[in-house]
Amino acid sequence: MNSIADSFYSNKAEESIDNEFISKKLSLTPSLAMPPISKPTAFLRAHTDDNTNPDCKIKIAHGTTTLAFRFKEGIVVAVDSRATAGNWVASQTVKKVIEINPFLLGTLAGGAADCQYWETWLGTQCRLHELRNKERISVAAASKILANLVYNYKGMGLSMGTMVCGYTKKEGPTIYYVDSDGTRLKGDIFCVGSGQTFAYGVLDSNWHWDLTLEEALELGKRSILAATHRDAYSGGSINLYHVTEQGWKYYGNHDVGTLFWETKAKEGSFNNIVS
Amino acid sequence: MDIILGIKLNDSVLIATSKAVTRGISVLKASDDKTRNLGDHSAMAFTGESGDTVQFAEYVQANLKLFSVRQNYELSPKAMASFVRKELATSIRSRKPFQVNVLIGGCDINKETPETSLYWIDYLGTNVELPYAAHGYAAFYALSLLDRHYKPDLNEEEGIKLLQLCNKELSTRMPIDFKGLRVKVINSQGVKEYDDLTAL
Repeated sequence: MNSIADSFYSNKAEESIDNEFISKKLSLTPSLAMPPISKPTAFLRAHTDDNTNPDCKIKIAHGTTTLAFRFKEGIVVAVDSRATAGNWVASQTVKKVIEINPFLLGTLAGGAADCQYWETWLGTQCRLHELRNKERISVAAASKILANLVYNYKGMGLSMGTMVCGYTKKEGPTIYYVDSDGTRLKGDIFCVGSGQTFAYGVLDSNWHWDLTLEEALELGKRSILAATHRDAYSGGSINLYHVTEQGWKYYGNHDVGTLFWETKAKEGSFNNIVS
Repeated sequence: MDIILGIKLNDSVLIATSKAVTRGISVLKASDDKTRNLGDHSAMAFTGESGDTVQFAEYVQANLKLFSVRQNYELSPKAMASFVRKELATSIRSRKPFQVNVLIGGCDINKETPETSLYWIDYLGTNVELPYAAHGYAAFYALSLLDRHYKPDLNEEEGIKLLQLCNKELSTRMPIDFKGLRVKVINSQGVKEYDDLTAL
């Protein structure tokens, strides 16, 4: 990457700054406009990576809790809605479930722009598959398109942690975890994001295969609530989805502010909070 | 912290791999398979950089399959190991090398008497034929144990016993739960798969 950039970069950019009428001085040889820095990837990392440089000026939206799990009646997907940039809460109303098509859902964790762009792109690839093969794409194939794509960009700064959820006759309810280092895993239960550990804590201790739909939706919602309570980078409201062979169905937006007190009163839980 | 072990026996090769996939402080999966079959009589176990591992293994698997379909001839395990070594050796000098370490176990059925072999290959392109091998932290515990207990001409049952000894040591001394070992047994009959070593 850097060597390619170097070969196209010349000092022309600096020279041209001295000239008022750049157009007059344009050389006839075709060239690519490149940022006037020697190593674009290193430059981007230096200015966006919070871990190595806490004083970095550009804070990319991070921090999330998302989950999806398989059970008898399909898949439940639940996510929070907070976007943070450093310590700043940038939004409390983010849509972190991307409706790829009526049968496929993708969740969003990590870089918001990366997930949003590449998952809508995945939607177009899935539609093209339908037109070419007169058949809906399998979840395995859809997730592999995304996994191969992000693998091509490995080491270039993409940041995504996503679950591709769907239901096909051949596969049944299926969840694939795909992340930006190219990992692709099939599984029954996944929690992704900064609040994942808190969500796992509630989900693992209450999940079983024979959950009813009502119980499953409640469990998904309760697991995200647990994460929003303990993880400062998760919060806002909860979006709930159920996936069956008929496609996905939306089960509403639940504000964490009110849901917390309702849950505390109903369950007699959250006893660390007194009031 | 992935564990991959290989032991060559008198008429078979055992390959054992850990089942956990860990990202950060969470175990994301407890039933992972870190192996791919390279043909009817050989299998490759892999560890290394996440993403690279599966991409590399499936690339190698697909190319060896393509070769066998075109030529109607399956490469010997030795030739497969040479091919994998060459891929990693060219990769290490490229802009973005595969950071993958592998073990290849196979049985050459074209020899007069079927011959088993085990190859240890690292991401730098080092290829060695060995009686027993391991990659990563597991090697620090398992190799000394195998140095002590391995004998040439072990049969399959004794080999499994030896693997169980390794599993016991790794379970007690490794700091992170690796969720048990998946086992592949390769002999002249083909490749047999077992979901867990303790079930054997």
